Amino acid sequence: MITRRDFILNAAKGIAGLALPLTALEILSPDQLLAARGDSSKVRWAFLVDTFKCVGCGFCVKACKLENGVPLDANVTRTWVERYVLAKDGRVFADTPKGALYGFTTGKIDLGLGKFQDIKKEDIEKAFFVPKLCNHCENPPCVQVCPVGATYQTPDGVVLVDRTWCIGCGYCIMACPYGVRFFHPVYKVADKCTFCYHRITKGLKTACVQACPFGARMIGNIRDPNDPVSRIIRTERVGVLKDEYGTRPQVYYRGITREVI
Amino acid sequence: MKSHAWRPLYLVLGIVVLILIARQFLVPKSFGIHERGYMYGWYREENIEDWKRYPVSYRSEEYCKDCHSDKYSMIMQTPHAIIQCENCHGPAREHPSDPPKLEINKTRELCLRCHFPLPYPSSGRANIRGIDPEKHNPGIECSMCHNPHKPTLEGMK
Repeated sequence: MITRRDFILNAAKGIAGLALPLTALEILSPDQLLAARGDSSKVRWAFLVDTFKCVGCGFCVKACKLENGVPLDANVTRTWVERYVLAKDGRVFADTPKGALYGFTTGKIDLGLGKFQDIKKEDIEKAFFVPKLCNHCENPPCVQVCPVGATYQTPDGVVLVDRTWCIGCGYCIMACPYGVRFFHPVYKVADKCTFCYHRITKGLKTACVQACPFGARMIGNIRDPNDPVSRIIRTERVGVLKDEYGTRPQVYYRGITREVI
Repeated sequence: MKSHAWRPLYLVLGIVVLILIARQFLVPKSFGIHERGYMYGWYREENIEDWKRYPVSYRSEEYCKDCHSDKYSMIMQTPHAIIQCENCHGPAREHPSDPPKLEINKTRELCLRCHFPLPYPSSGRANIRGIDPEKHNPGIECSMCHNPHKPTLEGMK
Protein backbone atom coordinates (compact mmCIF):
# COMPACT_ATOMS: atom_id res chain seq x y z
CA MET A 1 0.00 0.00 0.00
CA ILE A 2 1.56 3.30 -1.12
CA THR A 3 1.09 6.28 1.15
CA ARG A 4 0.45 9.78 -0.07
CA ARG A 5 3.82 10.90 1.43
CA ASP A 6 5.79 8.17 -0.44
CA PHE A 7 4.03 8.94 -3.70
CA ILE A 8 4.95 12.66 -3.55
CA LEU A 9 8.54 11.89 -2.54
CA ASN A 10 9.02 9.32 -5.33
CA ALA A 11 7.43 11.64 -7.88
CA ALA A 12 9.81 14.46 -6.86
CA LYS A 13 12.83 12.10 -7.15
CA GLY A 14 11.67 10.86 -10.53
CA ILE A 15 11.29 14.38 -11.92
CA ALA A 16 14.73 15.36 -10.58
CA GLY A 17 16.22 12.25 -12.20
CA LEU A 18 14.58 12.98 -15.56
CA ALA A 19 15.88 16.55 -15.51
CA LEU A 20 19.46 15.29 -15.27
CA PRO A 21 20.96 14.73 -18.74
CA LEU A 22 22.68 11.40 -19.32
CA THR A 23 25.95 13.13 -20.27
CA ALA A 24 26.26 14.50 -16.74
CA LEU A 25 26.73 10.96 -15.44
CA GLU A 26 29.47 10.12 -17.95
CA ILE A 27 33.03 10.17 -16.61
CA LEU A 28 35.57 11.45 -19.16
CA SER A 29 39.25 10.64 -18.96
CA PRO A 30 41.59 13.62 -19.60
CA ASP A 31 42.77 11.88 -22.77
CA GLN A 32 39.23 11.69 -24.13
CA LEU A 33 38.74 15.33 -23.26
CA LEU A 34 41.90 16.36 -25.15
CA ALA A 35 40.87 14.25 -28.14
CA ALA A 36 37.40 15.84 -28.14
CA ARG A 37 39.04 19.24 -28.36
CA GLY A 38 40.96 18.10 -31.43
CA ASP A 39 44.31 18.26 -29.66
CA SER A 40 46.03 15.57 -31.68
CA SER A 41 48.77 17.91 -32.96
CA LYS A 42 51.93 18.27 -30.90
CA VAL A 43 52.38 21.88 -32.00
CA ARG A 44 49.95 24.78 -31.59
CA TRP A 45 51.53 28.15 -32.28
CA ALA A 46 50.62 31.01 -29.98
CA PHE A 47 51.83 34.58 -29.68
CA LEU A 48 52.50 36.74 -26.66
CA VAL A 49 52.66 40.54 -26.67
CA ASP A 50 54.05 42.41 -23.67
CA THR A 51 52.72 45.96 -23.94
CA PHE A 52 54.84 47.13 -21.02
CA LYS A 53 57.95 46.48 -23.12
CA CYS A 54 56.76 47.96 -26.43
CA VAL A 55 58.19 51.42 -27.16
CA GLY A 56 56.44 51.91 -30.52
CA CYS A 57 59.61 51.91 -32.65
CA GLY A 58 57.77 50.07 -35.44
CA PHE A 59 60.75 47.92 -36.47
CA CYS A 60 58.39 44.93 -36.32
CA VAL A 61 56.11 46.48 -38.94
CA LYS A 62 59.05 47.30 -41.21
CA ALA A 63 60.51 43.81 -40.88
CA CYS A 64 57.13 42.17 -41.50
CA LYS A 65 56.47 44.15 -44.66
CA LEU A 66 59.94 43.51 -46.13
CA GLU A 67 59.97 39.85 -45.13
CA ASN A 68 56.52 39.10 -46.50
CA GLY A 69 56.43 41.27 -49.61
CA VAL A 70 53.73 43.69 -48.51
CA PRO A 71 54.28 47.00 -50.38
CA LEU A 72 55.80 49.50 -47.93
CA ASP A 73 53.78 52.55 -48.83
CA ALA A 74 50.45 50.86 -49.56
CA ASN A 75 47.97 51.50 -46.77
CA VAL A 76 47.79 47.83 -45.78
CA THR A 77 49.85 45.85 -43.32
CA ARG A 78 49.88 42.42 -41.69
CA THR A 79 50.91 43.82 -38.31
CA TRP A 80 50.75 47.29 -36.84
CA VAL A 81 51.29 49.14 -33.57
CA GLU A 82 48.57 51.24 -31.95
CA ARG A 83 49.23 54.08 -29.54
CA TYR A 84 46.72 54.62 -26.73
CA VAL A 85 46.75 57.86 -24.79
CA LEU A 86 44.27 58.05 -21.91
CA ALA A 87 43.85 61.61 -20.66
CA LYS A 88 43.07 62.50 -17.05
CA ASP A 89 39.70 63.97 -18.09
CA GLY A 90 38.61 60.55 -19.43
CA ARG A 91 39.20 61.14 -23.11
CA VAL A 92 40.74 58.22 -25.00
CA PHE A 93 42.97 58.77 -28.02
CA ALA A 94 44.33 56.07 -30.28
CA ASP A 95 46.28 56.27 -33.51
CA THR A 96 48.51 54.23 -35.76
CA PRO A 97 49.98 56.45 -38.50
CA LYS A 98 50.93 54.19 -41.46
CA GLY A 99 50.50 51.26 -39.04
CA ALA A 100 53.59 52.61 -37.21
CA LEU A 101 55.76 51.51 -40.14
CA TYR A 102 57.98 54.51 -39.34
CA GLY A 103 57.31 54.40 -35.59
CA PHE A 104 55.93 57.28 -33.53
CA THR A 105 58.17 60.32 -33.99
CA THR A 106 55.76 62.95 -32.72
CA GLY A 107 53.71 63.42 -29.58
CA LYS A 108 50.71 64.59 -31.62
CA ILE A 109 47.89 62.09 -32.02
CA ASP A 110 46.81 61.50 -35.62
CA LEU A 111 43.03 62.00 -35.61
CA GLY A 112 42.74 61.38 -39.37
CA LEU A 113 41.69 63.79 -42.13
CA GLY A 114 44.90 65.73 -41.53
CA LYS A 115 43.94 66.69 -37.97
CA PHE A 116 46.32 66.26 -35.06
CA GLN A 117 45.80 66.53 -31.33
CA ASP A 118 48.53 67.63 -28.96
CA ILE A 119 48.19 66.33 -25.40
CA LYS A 120 50.24 67.91 -22.64
CA LYS A 121 52.44 65.61 -20.61
CA GLU A 122 50.68 66.54 -17.37
CA ASP A 123 47.25 65.68 -18.85
CA ILE A 124 48.24 62.07 -19.61
CA GLU A 125 46.94 59.46 -17.20
CA LYS A 126 48.15 56.38 -19.05
CA ALA A 127 49.80 55.93 -22.43
CA PHE A 128 51.20 52.84 -24.07
CA PHE A 129 51.65 50.97 -27.33
CA VAL A 130 49.77 47.85 -28.43
CA PRO A 131 51.12 45.75 -31.31
CA LYS A 132 48.39 43.99 -33.30
CA LEU A 133 48.46 41.05 -35.67
CA CYS A 134 46.29 38.11 -36.74
CA ASN A 135 45.05 36.25 -33.66
CA HIS A 136 45.13 32.86 -35.41
CA CYS A 137 41.86 32.07 -33.64
CA GLU A 138 40.98 28.55 -32.62
CA ASN A 139 37.55 29.21 -34.20
CA PRO A 140 38.41 31.59 -37.05
CA PRO A 141 35.29 33.32 -38.45
CA CYS A 142 37.24 34.30 -41.58
CA VAL A 143 37.70 30.62 -42.44
CA GLN A 144 34.02 29.80 -41.92
CA VAL A 145 32.88 32.31 -44.51
CA CYS A 146 35.29 31.44 -47.34
CA PRO A 147 33.09 30.07 -50.14
CA VAL A 148 35.90 28.27 -52.02
CA GLY A 149 38.08 26.70 -49.32
CA ALA A 150 40.94 29.12 -49.96
CA THR A 151 41.56 29.98 -46.32
CA TYR A 152 42.02 27.37 -43.67
CA GLN A 153 43.63 26.40 -40.40
CA THR A 154 46.73 24.22 -40.54
CA PRO A 155 47.01 21.27 -38.09
CA ASP A 156 49.40 23.41 -35.98
CA GLY A 157 46.84 26.21 -35.67
CA VAL A 158 48.00 28.80 -38.21
CA VAL A 159 45.37 30.40 -40.46
CA LEU A 160 46.65 30.68 -44.03
CA VAL A 161 45.33 31.87 -47.41
CA ASP A 162 45.82 29.76 -50.54
CA ARG A 163 46.74 32.38 -53.13
CA THR A 164 46.02 30.12 -56.10
CA TRP A 165 42.56 29.30 -54.70
CA CYS A 166 41.38 32.71 -53.45
CA ILE A 167 38.89 34.42 -55.75
CA GLY A 168 39.18 37.79 -53.96
CA CYS A 169 35.55 38.03 -52.88
CA GLY A 170 36.52 39.75 -49.61
CA TYR A 171 34.08 37.90 -47.33
CA CYS A 172 36.92 36.97 -44.95
CA ILE A 173 38.08 40.58 -44.77
CA MET A 174 34.57 41.58 -43.63
CA ALA A 175 34.23 38.60 -41.27
CA CYS A 176 37.39 39.16 -39.20
CA PRO A 177 36.41 40.95 -35.97
CA TYR A 178 39.99 42.17 -35.54
CA GLY A 179 40.39 43.75 -38.98
CA VAL A 180 43.65 41.95 -39.66
CA ARG A 181 42.86 40.88 -43.22
CA PHE A 182 43.27 43.04 -46.31
CA PHE A 183 43.26 42.83 -50.07
CA HIS A 184 46.82 42.41 -51.33
CA PRO A 185 47.43 45.15 -53.92
CA VAL A 186 49.93 43.06 -55.91
CA TYR A 187 48.58 39.49 -55.79
CA LYS A 188 44.92 40.64 -55.83
CA VAL A 189 43.91 38.11 -53.16
CA ALA A 190 43.08 38.28 -49.46
CA ASP A 191 46.23 38.52 -47.36
CA LYS A 192 47.04 38.25 -43.69
CA CYS A 193 49.71 37.43 -41.13
CA THR A 194 50.98 33.86 -41.53
CA PHE A 195 52.90 33.82 -38.22
CA CYS A 196 55.82 33.75 -40.74
CA TYR A 197 54.95 30.12 -41.43
CA HIS A 198 58.06 29.76 -43.63
CA ARG A 199 60.21 30.79 -40.64
CA ILE A 200 58.58 29.10 -37.65
CA THR A 201 58.48 25.73 -39.43
CA LYS A 202 62.27 26.03 -39.92
CA GLY A 203 62.89 26.78 -36.24
CA LEU A 204 63.30 30.55 -36.75
CA LYS A 205 61.37 33.28 -34.96
CA THR A 206 58.87 35.35 -36.93
CA ALA A 207 60.33 38.46 -38.60
CA CYS A 208 58.54 40.77 -36.15
CA VAL A 209 59.70 38.82 -33.07
CA GLN A 210 63.28 38.87 -34.33
CA ALA A 211 63.20 42.57 -35.18
CA CYS A 212 61.81 43.67 -31.81
CA PRO A 213 64.72 45.06 -29.75
CA PHE A 214 62.77 45.00 -26.49
CA GLY A 215 61.35 41.48 -26.44
CA ALA A 216 57.77 42.78 -26.56
CA ARG A 217 56.77 40.04 -29.00
CA MET A 218 57.23 36.29 -28.48
CA ILE A 219 56.06 33.23 -30.35
CA GLY A 220 55.93 29.71 -29.01
CA ASN A 221 54.26 26.34 -28.92
CA ILE A 222 51.37 26.36 -26.44
CA ARG A 223 51.35 22.51 -26.34
CA ASP A 224 54.91 22.38 -25.00
CA PRO A 225 54.76 22.87 -21.22
CA ASN A 226 58.43 24.00 -21.12
CA ASP A 227 58.07 26.64 -23.82
CA PRO A 228 58.61 30.15 -22.34
CA VAL A 229 55.49 31.54 -24.06
CA SER A 230 53.38 28.61 -22.93
CA ARG A 231 54.63 29.02 -19.36
CA ILE A 232 53.80 32.74 -19.24
CA ILE A 233 50.31 32.16 -20.66
CA ARG A 234 49.66 29.45 -18.06
CA THR A 235 51.15 31.15 -15.01
CA GLU A 236 50.76 34.89 -15.51
CA ARG A 237 47.87 37.28 -16.00
CA VAL A 238 47.30 37.58 -19.72
CA GLY A 239 44.32 38.70 -21.76
CA VAL A 240 43.02 38.33 -25.28
CA LEU A 241 41.16 40.74 -27.55
CA LYS A 242 37.37 40.55 -27.99
CA ASP A 243 37.03 37.37 -25.95
CA GLU A 244 33.23 37.70 -26.08
CA TYR A 245 33.19 36.85 -29.80
CA GLY A 246 34.05 33.23 -28.97
CA THR A 247 36.81 33.10 -31.57
CA ARG A 248 39.37 31.88 -28.97
CA PRO A 249 42.22 34.11 -30.19
CA GLN A 250 45.77 32.79 -29.75
CA VAL A 251 47.54 36.12 -29.43
CA TYR A 252 47.84 36.83 -25.71
CA TYR A 253 48.52 40.26 -24.24
CA ARG A 254 50.19 41.43 -21.06
CA GLY A 255 49.22 44.85 -19.76
CA ILE A 256 46.20 45.86 -21.85
CA THR A 257 43.25 47.80 -20.46
CA ARG A 258 39.56 47.77 -21.38
CA GLU A 259 40.14 50.72 -23.72
CA VAL A 260 42.14 48.46 -26.04
CA ILE A 261 39.81 46.94 -28.65
CA MET B 1 8.01 9.53 -73.94
CA LYS B 2 9.12 11.96 -76.62
CA SER B 3 8.57 15.62 -75.96
CA HIS B 4 10.31 18.90 -76.76
CA ALA B 5 9.75 19.84 -73.09
CA TRP B 6 12.31 17.23 -71.93
CA ARG B 7 15.12 18.48 -74.17
CA PRO B 8 16.26 21.37 -71.92
CA LEU B 9 16.35 18.95 -69.00
CA TYR B 10 18.68 16.58 -70.90
CA LEU B 11 20.85 19.55 -71.82
CA VAL B 12 21.13 20.66 -68.19
CA LEU B 13 21.87 17.11 -67.04
CA GLY B 14 24.57 16.86 -69.73
CA ILE B 15 26.19 20.09 -68.54
CA VAL B 16 26.12 18.87 -64.93
CA VAL B 17 27.78 15.59 -65.93
CA LEU B 18 30.41 17.49 -67.93
CA ILE B 19 31.17 19.73 -64.94
CA LEU B 20 31.48 16.71 -62.64
CA ILE B 21 33.88 15.01 -65.10
CA ALA B 22 35.94 18.19 -65.52
CA ARG B 23 36.09 18.59 -61.74
CA GLN B 24 37.72 15.14 -61.43
CA PHE B 25 40.65 16.39 -63.54
CA LEU B 26 40.87 20.02 -62.42
CA VAL B 27 40.53 19.77 -58.62
CA PRO B 28 43.70 18.37 -57.00
CA LYS B 29 43.36 15.17 -54.96
CA SER B 30 44.50 16.86 -51.74
CA PHE B 31 41.67 19.40 -51.89
CA GLY B 32 39.03 18.34 -49.45
CA ILE B 33 38.02 18.08 -45.83
CA HIS B 34 40.91 17.69 -43.41
CA GLU B 35 41.43 17.39 -39.64
CA ARG B 36 39.24 20.25 -38.47
CA GLY B 37 36.28 19.32 -40.58
CA TYR B 38 34.37 21.21 -43.24
CA MET B 39 34.10 24.45 -41.28
CA TYR B 40 37.81 25.06 -40.62
CA GLY B 41 39.66 22.34 -42.48
CA TRP B 42 38.40 22.45 -46.07
CA TYR B 43 41.46 23.28 -48.17
CA ARG B 44 44.17 22.21 -50.62
CA GLU B 45 46.86 20.49 -48.56
CA GLU B 46 49.81 21.33 -50.87
CA ASN B 47 49.34 25.00 -49.99
CA ILE B 48 50.93 24.36 -46.59
CA GLU B 49 54.14 23.32 -48.41
CA ASP B 50 53.84 26.35 -50.71
CA TRP B 51 53.94 28.63 -47.67
CA LYS B 52 56.86 26.72 -46.12
CA ARG B 53 58.86 27.31 -49.32
CA TYR B 54 58.50 31.12 -49.08
CA PRO B 55 62.03 32.64 -48.94
CA VAL B 56 63.49 34.00 -45.69
CA SER B 57 64.75 37.61 -45.95
CA TYR B 58 65.69 38.55 -42.39
CA ARG B 59 68.65 36.37 -41.36
CA SER B 60 69.39 37.82 -37.87
CA GLU B 61 72.71 38.97 -36.39
CA GLU B 62 73.88 35.34 -36.28
CA TYR B 63 74.21 35.54 -40.06
CA CYS B 64 76.24 38.80 -39.94
CA LYS B 65 78.56 38.25 -36.99
CA ASP B 66 81.20 36.00 -38.59
CA CYS B 67 82.21 38.29 -41.47
CA HIS B 68 81.48 41.58 -39.67
CA SER B 69 82.91 40.48 -36.33
CA ASP B 70 84.51 43.91 -35.66
CA LYS B 71 81.18 45.74 -35.88
CA TYR B 72 79.36 42.94 -34.10
CA SER B 73 81.71 42.84 -31.10
CA MET B 74 81.67 46.65 -30.88
CA ILE B 75 77.88 47.00 -30.75
CA MET B 76 77.51 44.08 -28.34
CA GLN B 77 79.27 46.17 -25.66
CA THR B 78 76.65 48.94 -25.86
CA PRO B 79 72.94 49.50 -25.13
CA HIS B 80 72.37 49.14 -28.90
CA ALA B 81 73.23 45.43 -28.64
CA ILE B 82 69.50 44.66 -28.50
CA ILE B 83 68.96 46.07 -32.00
CA GLN B 84 69.26 43.62 -34.87
CA CYS B 85 71.76 44.62 -37.62
CA GLU B 86 69.02 44.30 -40.23
CA ASN B 87 66.78 46.88 -38.54
CA CYS B 88 69.06 49.65 -39.86
CA HIS B 89 70.95 47.84 -42.64
CA GLY B 90 67.90 46.20 -44.21
CA PRO B 91 67.19 42.50 -44.79
CA ALA B 92 70.33 40.48 -45.64
CA ARG B 93 68.45 38.06 -47.96
CA GLU B 94 71.31 36.20 -49.79
CA HIS B 95 73.99 38.85 -49.08
CA PRO B 96 76.84 38.96 -50.14
CA SER B 97 75.71 37.32 -53.42
CA ASP B 98 72.29 38.98 -53.58
CA PRO B 99 72.26 41.87 -52.75
CA PRO B 100 76.04 42.50 -52.88
CA LYS B 101 75.62 45.71 -50.86
CA LEU B 102 73.03 46.55 -48.25
CA GLU B 103 71.50 50.01 -48.20
CA ILE B 104 71.92 51.61 -44.78
CA ASN B 105 69.12 53.80 -43.49
CA LYS B 106 70.94 56.81 -41.98
CA THR B 107 67.96 59.15 -41.70
CA ARG B 108 67.20 61.05 -38.52
CA GLU B 109 63.73 59.45 -38.59
CA LEU B 110 65.25 56.02 -38.05
CA CYS B 111 66.90 57.11 -34.78
CA LEU B 112 63.79 59.02 -33.72
CA ARG B 113 61.74 55.79 -33.76
CA CYS B 114 63.14 55.30 -30.26
CA HIS B 115 64.84 58.61 -29.43
CA PHE B 116 61.91 60.97 -29.90
CA PRO B 117 60.93 61.54 -26.27
CA LEU B 118 57.44 60.31 -25.41
CA PRO B 119 56.93 60.40 -21.63
CA TYR B 120 54.32 57.63 -21.58
CA PRO B 121 53.78 56.04 -18.19
CA SER B 122 53.52 52.22 -18.26
CA SER B 123 55.44 52.01 -21.54
CA GLY B 124 59.15 51.27 -21.88
CA ARG B 125 59.39 54.30 -24.16
CA ALA B 126 59.52 56.66 -21.16
CA ASN B 127 62.89 55.19 -20.13
CA ILE B 128 64.70 55.92 -23.40
CA ARG B 129 66.65 59.17 -23.63
CA GLY B 130 65.41 61.37 -26.43
CA ILE B 131 66.08 64.64 -28.22
CA ASP B 132 63.89 67.36 -29.67
CA PRO B 133 64.58 66.97 -33.41
CA GLU B 134 63.66 70.60 -34.07
CA LYS B 135 66.28 71.95 -31.66
CA HIS B 136 69.01 69.28 -31.63
CA ASN B 137 71.19 69.99 -34.73
CA PRO B 138 68.32 69.92 -37.23
CA GLY B 139 69.03 68.92 -40.82
CA ILE B 140 72.08 66.72 -40.30
CA GLU B 141 72.31 62.95 -39.96
CA CYS B 142 72.75 61.68 -36.41
CA SER B 143 75.69 59.54 -37.52
CA MET B 144 77.65 62.74 -38.36
CA CYS B 145 78.43 63.00 -34.63
CA HIS B 146 77.18 59.77 -33.03
CA ASN B 147 78.44 56.29 -33.78
CA PRO B 148 75.39 54.00 -33.88
CA HIS B 149 77.65 51.01 -33.11
CA LYS B 150 79.02 52.85 -30.05
CA PRO B 151 76.29 55.27 -29.01
CA THR B 152 77.82 56.28 -25.66
CA LEU B 153 79.38 59.72 -25.41
CA GLU B 154 82.91 58.27 -25.62
CA GLY B 155 81.95 57.02 -29.08
CA MET B 156 81.28 60.60 -30.35
CA LYS B 157 83.04 61.39 -33.60
